Amino acid sequence: MNLITVENIVKTYHLGVSDVQVLKGVSMAIETGEMVALMGASGSGKTTLMNILGCLDRPTSGKYLLDGQEISRMSANQRAGVRNTKIGFVFQNFNLLARTSALENVLLPTTYAENNVSTKALHDRAKTLLERVGLADRMDHEPSQLSGGQQQRVAIARSLVNNPRLVLADEPTGNLDSHTSEDVLQSFENLNRQEGITILLVTHDPTVAGHAQRIIHIRDGLIEAGAFASPPAATGAGAIALPDLTTGTRR
Amino acid sequence: MLKLATTLKTALRALRRNPMRSALTTLGIIIGIAAVISMVQIGEGSSAAIKQTIENMGANTLIVFPGQAVSAGVSFGGGSAVTLTSQDAAAVARDCPSVLAAAPQVNGRMQLVRGGQNWVPQFIAGTSPAYFTIRDWPIVRGRAFNNSDVLGVNQVCDLGQTVVKELFPSGKPLGKTILVQNVPLKVIGVLAKKGANMMGMDQDDILVLPWTTLKFRISANALQNQNQSNAATTTTTTDQLYPETAQSLYPVPSASEQTDTPQPVSFPNINSILVAVPSTSQIPQAIAEITALLRQRHHLQPGQPNDFNIRNMAEISNALGSTSRMMTNLLTGVALISLLVGGVGIMNIMLVSVTERTREIGLRMAVGAKPRDILSQFILEAIVLCLFGGAVGILTSQALSSAVQHLLHWPIELSMPAMIASVAVSAAVGLIFGYYPAWKASRLDPIDALRYE
Repeated sequence: MNLITVENIVKTYHLGVSDVQVLKGVSMAIETGEMVALMGASGSGKTTLMNILGCLDRPTSGKYLLDGQEISRMSANQRAGVRNTKIGFVFQNFNLLARTSALENVLLPTTYAENNVSTKALHDRAKTLLERVGLADRMDHEPSQLSGGQQQRVAIARSLVNNPRLVLADEPTGNLDSHTSEDVLQSFENLNRQEGITILLVTHDPTVAGHAQRIIHIRDGLIEAGAFASPPAATGAGAIALPDLTTGTRR
Repeated sequence: MLKLATTLKTALRALRRNPMRSALTTLGIIIGIAAVISMVQIGEGSSAAIKQTIENMGANTLIVFPGQAVSAGVSFGGGSAVTLTSQDAAAVARDCPSVLAAAPQVNGRMQLVRGGQNWVPQFIAGTSPAYFTIRDWPIVRGRAFNNSDVLGVNQVCDLGQTVVKELFPSGKPLGKTILVQNVPLKVIGVLAKKGANMMGMDQDDILVLPWTTLKFRISANALQNQNQSNAATTTTTTDQLYPETAQSLYPVPSASEQTDTPQPVSFPNINSILVAVPSTSQIPQAIAEITALLRQRHHLQPGQPNDFNIRNMAEISNALGSTSRMMTNLLTGVALISLLVGGVGIMNIMLVSVTERTREIGLRMAVGAKPRDILSQFILEAIVLCLFGGAVGILTSQALSSAVQHLLHWPIELSMPAMIASVAVSAAVGLIFGYYPAWKASRLDPIDALRYE
């Protein structure tokens, strides 16, 4: 079953008088439980696509279904709700709140959750998540007292606190050395394998992308390869399906 | 509710993350609030002090005068009726709840003699000990005469400073005797200096004595003297100087004729009743009570005019009171401007804070914060800052007020309304000046905000 279905998405930015088409009709799909990498050079439309997939932005035209919900016509408030409940974000620069303990950082998304889970239950969940990423003894530490890898692991725990369907990691290892990167990517792989959480890694680094089961290549606003896991029922305009690609691809 | 509590917690944590800046931002509000409250309090204090002063000058006193006496259509003018008695004064003090004290007054204008000195004081007040309370007039030396002096018609008196100066150049009047209309009075006390009254009359030029003594010993004596003036031996007339040319207009009364001449009756009436009211605001009530009581005591039928008049000085006190209120309002206005400046300071810092925390806002939006959540968080931060500033401002103002009270000896009145209003004002300032930065924050695009460097 597809967690993400994107059909013919176009995104146009208005820069002064001229319109710049960044996404020129993208179609792709990600199945539940997949670990996928989205690769592309800067300017390829990778970030724009990620913003749309992360419900931070809306496509100019086209359809985006996340977990069966049509996102592309949602209002900003509705998308905020979707981000809160269905998506966990992990950023390149960690984006932890300064002078705030790891535990509090993990609890941040629960602040905006609508459901009425008791504070105690939330704390327990946050603690479990921190233990799972190996930070059981660092819960009261503030970001400044943590290493980069530890900070990113706090961010991973934070992305999971609301039980999302999708974890969207934007260059999660961009600010880490190769050894720590490996640790962090291992965490993602474990999550994917053990919890069955769908993970989308956005990166320009082939080594990182190599950890994914499938790589989606994007170039000049079109998907070059890896748009669908299995041979697609219908091929979207501009999308070239390469179903046999399950391991890292070098460009 | 839970949501609000969480937002509040978030706001508090955000403020705690930068305590120095939060404190400095609040300083504007602290100064503003402290200024407003101290101004109001000092203003109200001086207002009360002015009121007190006016009341010392007699603004909270009433004077009951007898009405006019009319004989065969001829009016003898106000105060000529002989209807007020010392019992009336006692009844007013006893039966009118709005009356603090009442003292009968018998006036006179007579010569005082002490050794080689003589003097005619402006005021001779025959009264009761309540007089000193009503006029708030302490005795600086000796003692005031008391009720037993009044009942005993004792020949004692208290002197004002001017009289002391005129009669006792040595400045030691206590225990000495002065003569009033040949009646010896022992000086038992000296009044504090009071200065001129509002009419410019020297209030210290006074002799105060039991009204019974003045009425029954001195005035009665004087009445007799007056009546027997043609028999007085001390008077130097032209008849005596030039006996040859003396032309007696009236036949000299014989001894038996003199004995038969009716003596002038000495009524136990008094000239006025001096009444003290606790505060100027109770004057109308007191007037109503006194009027009802005296009408009843004087057996006046409904429709019959009052046989007395009641006068007060409320007009003067109102004028002075409104002046000081105006000053207070003016100062409060100036202080409010400083509060406004403090509010602009809050807005400034909140704007800086929004810019600085753009990434945080982006993150919050990314993890599901709606624009509304961001708006309420930043507004709440501003309100918390302002309320905190308000609280510290109140404490500062209390410290400031008591410092002013102790160092400058200005009177201070705690003003609860000012405190409540200032808390409301500081919350409002937070809301108004926090709204724009919060609105700006809530309008941020999460994509741009997340990438903001």
